[in-house]
Amino acid sequence: MAVIVERPKLSILEKFYFPAIMKGLRITLGHAIRILRRKKKVTMQYPEEKWDNNLPEHYRGAPALVTDEHGRERCVSCQLCEFICPPRAITIIPEEIPPEDQWSKVEKRPREFEIDMIRCIYCGMCEEVCPEQAIFLRKDYAISGYTRDEMVHNKKKLYEIGGVREGLVNKWNTLK
Amino acid sequence: MSAASKQTEDLVNVQVDGHWIQVKRGTRMIEACKQASAEVPHYCYHPKLSSPGNCRMCLVEMGMPPRPTPGQEAELDNDGHAKISWMPRPVIACANTVAEGMGIRTQSTLAKECREGVMEFLLINHPLDCPICDQAGECTLQEYSVEHGKGESRFLENKVKKPKNVDIGPRIRLDDERCVLCSRCVRFTQEIVDDDVLGFVDRGSHNVLTIHPDKPLANNYSLNTVDICPVGALTSNDFRFKMRVWFMRETKSICNGCARGCNILISSRENKIYRQTPRENNEVNSSWMCDSGRLNYHLLESDARLTDPMMKKGKSHETVDWPQAIRRTAEGLLKYKGDEVAIIASARMTNEELYLVRVLADTLETKNVDTLKCHGEGDDYLNHKDRRPNTNGAKAILKLRSPGSRVNSIKKGIESGSIKALLVYGENIESKGFDDGVLSKLKFLVSSHILANPTAKLSDIVLPGASYAEKRGSMINATGRLQLLNKAIEPPGNSRDDWEILQDLNCAMDGKDFIYELADLFSEMASVVPVLKGFTLSGIGEKGASVIETGETIPLLEREAQRVNQGLIVG
Amino acid sequence: MPILISFIKIVMVIFVVILPMVAYSVWAERRVSAVIQERVGPNRVGIPFTKIRLFGLGQPIADGIKFLLKEDFTPGHVNKFYYWLAPALTMVPALLTCAVLPFGSELFGEKMVIADLNVGPLFIFAIASLSVYGIVLAGWASNSKYSFLGGVRSSSQMISYEISLGLSLVPVLLIFGELNLSEIVWEQSKNGWLLLPFWGDGAIWNGGVDRFFLLFPAFIAFIVFTTSIFAETNRLPFDLPECETELVAGYHTEYSSMKFALFFLGEYAAMIIGSGLIVTLFLGGWSLPFGLDAYLMNMTGDPEQIPWWLGLIHIGTFLAKVIVFILFFIWVRWTLPRFRYDQLMRLGWIIFFELALVNIFITAGILILTRGSAS
Repeated sequence: MAVIVERPKLSILEKFYFPAIMKGLRITLGHAIRILRRKKKVTMQYPEEKWDNNLPEHYRGAPALVTDEHGRERCVSCQLCEFICPPRAITIIPEEIPPEDQWSKVEKRPREFEIDMIRCIYCGMCEEVCPEQAIFLRKDYAISGYTRDEMVHNKKKLYEIGGVREGLVNKWNTLK
Repeated sequence: MSAASKQTEDLVNVQVDGHWIQVKRGTRMIEACKQASAEVPHYCYHPKLSSPGNCRMCLVEMGMPPRPTPGQEAELDNDGHAKISWMPRPVIACANTVAEGMGIRTQSTLAKECREGVMEFLLINHPLDCPICDQAGECTLQEYSVEHGKGESRFLENKVKKPKNVDIGPRIRLDDERCVLCSRCVRFTQEIVDDDVLGFVDRGSHNVLTIHPDKPLANNYSLNTVDICPVGALTSNDFRFKMRVWFMRETKSICNGCARGCNILISSRENKIYRQTPRENNEVNSSWMCDSGRLNYHLLESDARLTDPMMKKGKSHETVDWPQAIRRTAEGLLKYKGDEVAIIASARMTNEELYLVRVLADTLETKNVDTLKCHGEGDDYLNHKDRRPNTNGAKAILKLRSPGSRVNSIKKGIESGSIKALLVYGENIESKGFDDGVLSKLKFLVSSHILANPTAKLSDIVLPGASYAEKRGSMINATGRLQLLNKAIEPPGNSRDDWEILQDLNCAMDGKDFIYELADLFSEMASVVPVLKGFTLSGIGEKGASVIETGETIPLLEREAQRVNQGLIVG
Repeated sequence: MPILISFIKIVMVIFVVILPMVAYSVWAERRVSAVIQERVGPNRVGIPFTKIRLFGLGQPIADGIKFLLKEDFTPGHVNKFYYWLAPALTMVPALLTCAVLPFGSELFGEKMVIADLNVGPLFIFAIASLSVYGIVLAGWASNSKYSFLGGVRSSSQMISYEISLGLSLVPVLLIFGELNLSEIVWEQSKNGWLLLPFWGDGAIWNGGVDRFFLLFPAFIAFIVFTTSIFAETNRLPFDLPECETELVAGYHTEYSSMKFALFFLGEYAAMIIGSGLIVTLFLGGWSLPFGLDAYLMNMTGDPEQIPWWLGLIHIGTFLAKVIVFILFFIWVRWTLPRFRYDQLMRLGWIIFFELALVNIFITAGILILTRGSAS
């Protein structure tokens, strides 16, 4: 069913347009004067000024893997992030943890964990979906490289960015 | 007249969730509910196994019309059925059969609360390791806890520790913490494959599934227990931690390990096969298949796979492009006519490919066409002694009375020099009596295979074909059933679908028009081959169709039919 | 000798004034839009290899170099000849029209106009209407639906607004009784601007009753003319031929590198010339307001001879007025939203056309009443 939206009835003055145009010009001029008189500052001069120290808590930068306070890699390669990732930036190759390993009771870990930062859209779905609190979006935002390969973060690089994160739920350590 | 009076000898009226349906007498309640599209959740029940009723998940509310006192008419409801008086206690739907006038409620408060309670019990000791569990995504415990669970646990105590990562057989790993004690695996090993090595020990919370201390679960059907395990307690070593199930694309196909032609699902992701599982077909393989058939996809990942057409130059081979390879093959074969040329085809080929071989033989006017007879050891379950999947197809299409009977005369022909050119398709004849001495007598040898092998090494031209998972086509199995083979992944490198190779070769030799669709080729073949008359490729269907009476029976299905008759299983 | 002087004038006007002005009006466009939207705008490019930024004044030069160095891509599906011709056809008419604009009074006895034609406004209309060819050809030759739609929109828009543009000018010409733009400016210098008749014979206290009453039609003509110039130069709010939201980039979708830059230049050049025309006709061209011209000339002693410094002041005045108008153009662009196409056509054909037509009769009526019948 088509919805018919009634056009507003314009008064004669409004039909004349001129007052509205003048009003518009006054508004834009007002903004211009305000910024010319340095009453307001919006833009930051990026490479010289940075807001790294003022990044909000919820800022979403490069995704990275974290280890816990015992040095265990938290990722168990359940591949949920790979599944949820909208641009399919994540590739995981899982492997079984060998029995002689300290954390063999966890059974599974990623052999390779790659995030293609050319594809990544910083949506944070991977962090949201992760059942192990293993992937977090850090505050790194200036990701650059000379080649496409350089833009693919491998497992080593991801742990380097992520570092250690303490105070997370540690179900493997206590119950297993 | 009321609906109740319409009952016949075989059918009974049953009310499921308020709707009256008619089902066969003797049907299990769970099956009746299924027919009424009211799936009852269950763990231990499996239609091919006996029903011990030990998981209690399928509890439903049941009622019967009260027996009227003599002379009293039964009280009728609005539909004309006798009024049901509901029982105060729930019953399990899997082991009880329906009766006339029975009522089943699957969605009543009682049934829902029962399921919630059973779920809570099952989850008390279940570990929260779904992220690493291979069953995640196809785990009924996961599914049911979403659909029927409470969503939280009231259990505060420590969970019971049970053995994890237990090696119970060469292909299977057991995780007792995940086990819900449904006993499907125990019943499978007892009832289907007569290898009674699994069982439960200990009591209460410590009740665990365990393996016979001296006998591992090593029979050739052991991986079926992984399929029927509703949770991740039994996992396949082969598939373990390789890929999550939700990534995989499932292709309905058939196994090519032997002449049985078990129906399978090929699970693949991004051009790589990760596992093969049986697909139910009660005319061929029931719900099972053998481990060797399951794992034969590893052959496709072999390093020896041929990826490019090659031509012999001096002592070694060099890569050429397809048009050149086809042209040179056609030229080489056309130099010799009639019985100077021999073709050894393979019963691994699809009907369509075999038909194209027949066309090729007609063009060359040769009668020296045969396939190899390749028998191994069958067993008393599903495995067939004929190791080639399409022997019946080869018989029907190449008009062979007894495959392999002409191979010796071909060999002799080569030795005597009367046969100068040989086309070998899909077989390594080097290992079947044609040694270097014999083959080096040939003027022109062309072979097509998926792997580099000694025959290929001696060939003038090597044409790389596609394996069973990389092509489409039809085959006829040992019991004369026409079944469909479907393409799950792409052939590696420049190797091609075999029917396209053969078709190119035929076109290069007789100059006839191309057929662009496999379906059209099948239709052309169906008009020539008597047993296929009236069939189309798409008309074969997922479960195949019987085309030849071979008189063979399938031992495992025979026994299952027997047990159905005894009322032990649903079937 | 006159040829050499003309040549010098052409070079000076086009390469020293117009083209840099085009480049810097692009910069101004960006800076002004930034200021209006409370941003900063291009402020980085200054002198290369130093840290001197000069408020980003180097940006237009960098942009120019970029346009020259970018790949000049000609798509395979275009009509090559017209595709190449179109940018030139847009650029050239825009520059040609500046030939008759008096950009100053006199310098060393030389009139500061390239061609002192007696049919100035007519020449401008004749040439300006040619620029529609460039756009239509670009739209057609690109063989792309966006370009084509842009070209079609542009042609119908320009043809529509040319009518009100021409008609709105008729009252002005009636008032001055003159078609030579230099003479029109001299007249305004002596007797008050068309929109500011407050000195000389134009002032009401000096008997300029006619000019006082003519202010009303002159203002209407100014409004219609200015708005039509907006439409003619495809500026917002009338930039439907290249409206990004619907047509990607309109008629120049398929153009790149310097060919695209030529469209860009042509458009801004048209804007500058349009501003110059408005200034010349309605706001006294190069003249200073309130009879200052006459006062300064009298001061030097010879009222017929314009000293060189006054000539330079006049050129400066003209440029200042044009720059103010360019800023007005930019200001309007970042204030008003785009019209819908039917609104645009309605405005052109139903409002401005009638208004300009009626305005001619009003002007004529006032002229008859105040100046009496032509003797």
